[in-house]
Amino acid sequence: MEFRTNHPLLFLLAGVIVAAVLAQSVYFLAKAVRRSRAIGMDQAKIRKTIRTAAIFTVAPAIAIVISVIALSKSLGLPLPWLRLSVVGSLSYETIAAENAVSAMGLTLGKIGSLTARQYVNISLVMTISIMVGIWLVPLIGKKLHNGMLSLGSKDGKWAEILNNAMFIGMISAFLGYVFCDFSMLWKPVPGTAATTGLIPVCVMAVSAVVMALCGLAMKRFHWKWVNDYALPISLVLGMASAIPITAWLS
Amino acid sequence: MKKQLSYLDSVHRDGRVWNLSVMVLLLLFPIIVSIVFDAPPDWNALLMGLVATAPMYWAVGIIETFTFVPMLGAGGSYLSFVTGNISNLKLPCAINALEQNNINAASEEGELISTIAIATSSIVTTIIIVLGVILIVPLTPILEAPVLEPAFAQMLPALFGGLGVVFVSRNWRIALAPVLLMLVLFIFVPALNAGTVGIMVPVGVLFTIAISRILYKRGVL
Repeated sequence: MEFRTNHPLLFLLAGVIVAAVLAQSVYFLAKAVRRSRAIGMDQAKIRKTIRTAAIFTVAPAIAIVISVIALSKSLGLPLPWLRLSVVGSLSYETIAAENAVSAMGLTLGKIGSLTARQYVNISLVMTISIMVGIWLVPLIGKKLHNGMLSLGSKDGKWAEILNNAMFIGMISAFLGYVFCDFSMLWKPVPGTAATTGLIPVCVMAVSAVVMALCGLAMKRFHWKWVNDYALPISLVLGMASAIPITAWLS
Repeated sequence: MKKQLSYLDSVHRDGRVWNLSVMVLLLLFPIIVSIVFDAPPDWNALLMGLVATAPMYWAVGIIETFTFVPMLGAGGSYLSFVTGNISNLKLPCAINALEQNNINAASEEGELISTIAIATSSIVTTIIIVLGVILIVPLTPILEAPVLEPAFAQMLPALFGGLGVVFVSRNWRIALAPVLLMLVLFIFVPALNAGTVGIMVPVGVLFTIAISRILYKRGVL
């Protein structure tokens, strides 16, 4: 059989694995919803959670589609589709593919058409390198989780603070990241406007203000529905504001 | 209590089966391609490619597992480590759902809400990527339009601006020190950028836990 990176068989193989991952998500969703009914949780809250999560996911998922398109130019469509549906990200997969190809004395993006052998090497390097979490969670997930539960039963208040602290720790790292090019204001990079580093800061500020306004609208006008959509609204308006802000500051 | 344990036990049992099955399926992809197209791997190049890639990814993967599993809950962990995009999608989605419903992440309700949010997000992501693959020809010029590029380039600041304002304002005593530390580090250490933010997440988490513990012991929290 003659190989090409968009061969129907590759679509079939990727499709089967993506279908299995979709089935796992549906299985866990159904299991959690069933359990929520069994313990008498308010089902309106469950429906609201599903609705909000679905709406919030749309913009980040479109960003993943853009990554699939970017990678498909050098790897064909099935492999990026598979890799970005299961675990991967654009930066991880690009580095893995580049390393696999350069080990064969080639440069990704400068190869006319990949041979089956190069393709097998690329997909093996990508797969083996990225799958730590998939097997490590089954190995240690229960112990880690039970550790958290036993902490909660010993000191409930500290367990709650600990959870908030973990979330805030992650959020603070990303808030710091927003300022990573801020120093361009006093350490200019040739060919780049000094104010470029302010773009993510301004976008973050717009998103934060939108979120604060949503909170205000909820309190002042009792618009409870705003609570459901505040994060997706602030995300999309923040992203939209990046278009004029980037034109202005870069 | 017994019922909760049995539900969680079944989540761990099912999660192990699902994750290990997906792992086998993932490995089957290159193996089947190799057999069908009669193309055995170039073993030397494979080894070199893995040596250049795997140690860093494995180190990051191990750190991410220890950092994110306690935050994602049981069901959310099994799903998130299969579907990926944890810090930029699954975890914010779960945090937002817990916050909206005013539910403690450590409770059984928290476990269920977190799993439901992450599963929904995974399903929607998978479906949107499938649609993107099917419609790639008409979609490519739209999604790659230069006018939209800045919007997608600034997704993380837009996400964490909204999420940050809620969490920082509600927990400002806990948030003050880690936010200041991260701002100083990211502004003044040139090596910290988009590529290294993942490594700074566990640093931020450990630092915030240490600060919170001190504040808790002193009765400030």
